[in-house]
Amino acid sequence: MPAEPTRVLVTGEGPLLVSGPVEIELPDGGTVVSERAVTALCTCRRTRRPPFCDTSHRRRSKPQ
Amino acid sequence: MTLTDVPVAAPPLPQARGPLSAAVLAGLRGEGFALPPLTDADPYGDDLQLALYCCYELHYRGFAGVADEREWDPVVLTGRRELERAFLAALRRDVPAGHDVAAELDALLVEPVEPAGPSVHLQRHGDVEQFREYVAQRSLYHLKEADPQAFVIPRLSGPAKAGLVTVEHDEYGAGRAERMHEHLFARMMVALDLDPAYGRYLDATPAPALAEVTFMSLCGLHRALRGALVGQFAAVELTSSPGSRRLVEGMQRLGLSADASEFYAEHVEADAVHEQLVRRRVLAPLLAAEPALAADVVFGIRASELLAERFAGHLLESWRQGRSALRTPLHPRSAR
Repeated sequence: MPAEPTRVLVTGEGPLLVSGPVEIELPDGGTVVSERAVTALCTCRRTRRPPFCDTSHRRRSKPQ
Repeated sequence: MTLTDVPVAAPPLPQARGPLSAAVLAGLRGEGFALPPLTDADPYGDDLQLALYCCYELHYRGFAGVADEREWDPVVLTGRRELERAFLAALRRDVPAGHDVAAELDALLVEPVEPAGPSVHLQRHGDVEQFREYVAQRSLYHLKEADPQAFVIPRLSGPAKAGLVTVEHDEYGAGRAERMHEHLFARMMVALDLDPAYGRYLDATPAPALAEVTFMSLCGLHRALRGALVGQFAAVELTSSPGSRRLVEGMQRLGLSADASEFYAEHVEADAVHEQLVRRRVLAPLLAAEPALAADVVFGIRASELLAERFAGHLLESWRQGRSALRTPLHPRSAR
């Protein structure tokens, strides 16, 4: 058992931020590992690098 | 390429580009340091930027034939101060003042529907030679990636310091030397048939690319500019993910290897995390602890945007005219 619960921050506007190295199970049964101190997991489903955030949730503006 | 293949020797001194850089280089060679008046100098120009760049390099890896102790030579520091004052005065003049950090960040986080700039050009139209020119110039920063920002660590305290170190730790490979961003960059250079030796492309790199790096060093080395350094750091971390994705796609379009594109692929994902950390764990606690820094955070963001736009303009205009964006052409790519 880890000494402390894993901290997950729900940003609301974008990804979930998960602390610590994580192993992520995907819908197809595969797994990916992220060794970062903090991992950003996509929640908007627009990322081109699932399951990770690639900032595709950002608002878009027309040229001025 | 392994880590031991990258040479660690200090680079040679570059060629002068005018009276100011000639004076600094003579001083560093031990021929007497006499900086001429700066009255007519272009603060963004090749001569002043190279002179300042060379003064700052004494705080990083130094130069071959220049004693390490010259880093704290008061004569060099006095000359450096003159050059810095001219550069900083120009930026303060050319960057509109502001103090609303939240509004500044919101603006950075909106992606244009039709983005423009070098990453779009390289994604859609650029050739391998233009990628090489881009990477050669960017090597002045990326072979010391995160180093200028590391100078700010002891100038911060509490949660903002811890947050900034979390991001820096990731830039330095999170404990794995082979994942250090400067190492990923060196591997990309080799894949593009460029020389990954530190400082190798200094002579070839024009002022707009140098100015982005001198600005980081200026803010990193002055505690009084710590707010601007954090602003600069935020601007880069918030804006680099989409541009990095475009560069990966451009390299894939040109059939370049994964070794070439890994550096930018890493930044798509890493900077999506760093954006969140910089906003929530660096800027928010920094401004809570030192609200008076807001104006300098905005200055750091806007000055980096100004310098990035100048660099982008230089690249696109050079390539539009069908010429090299470097001062001296690269050696041709060897046949593979």
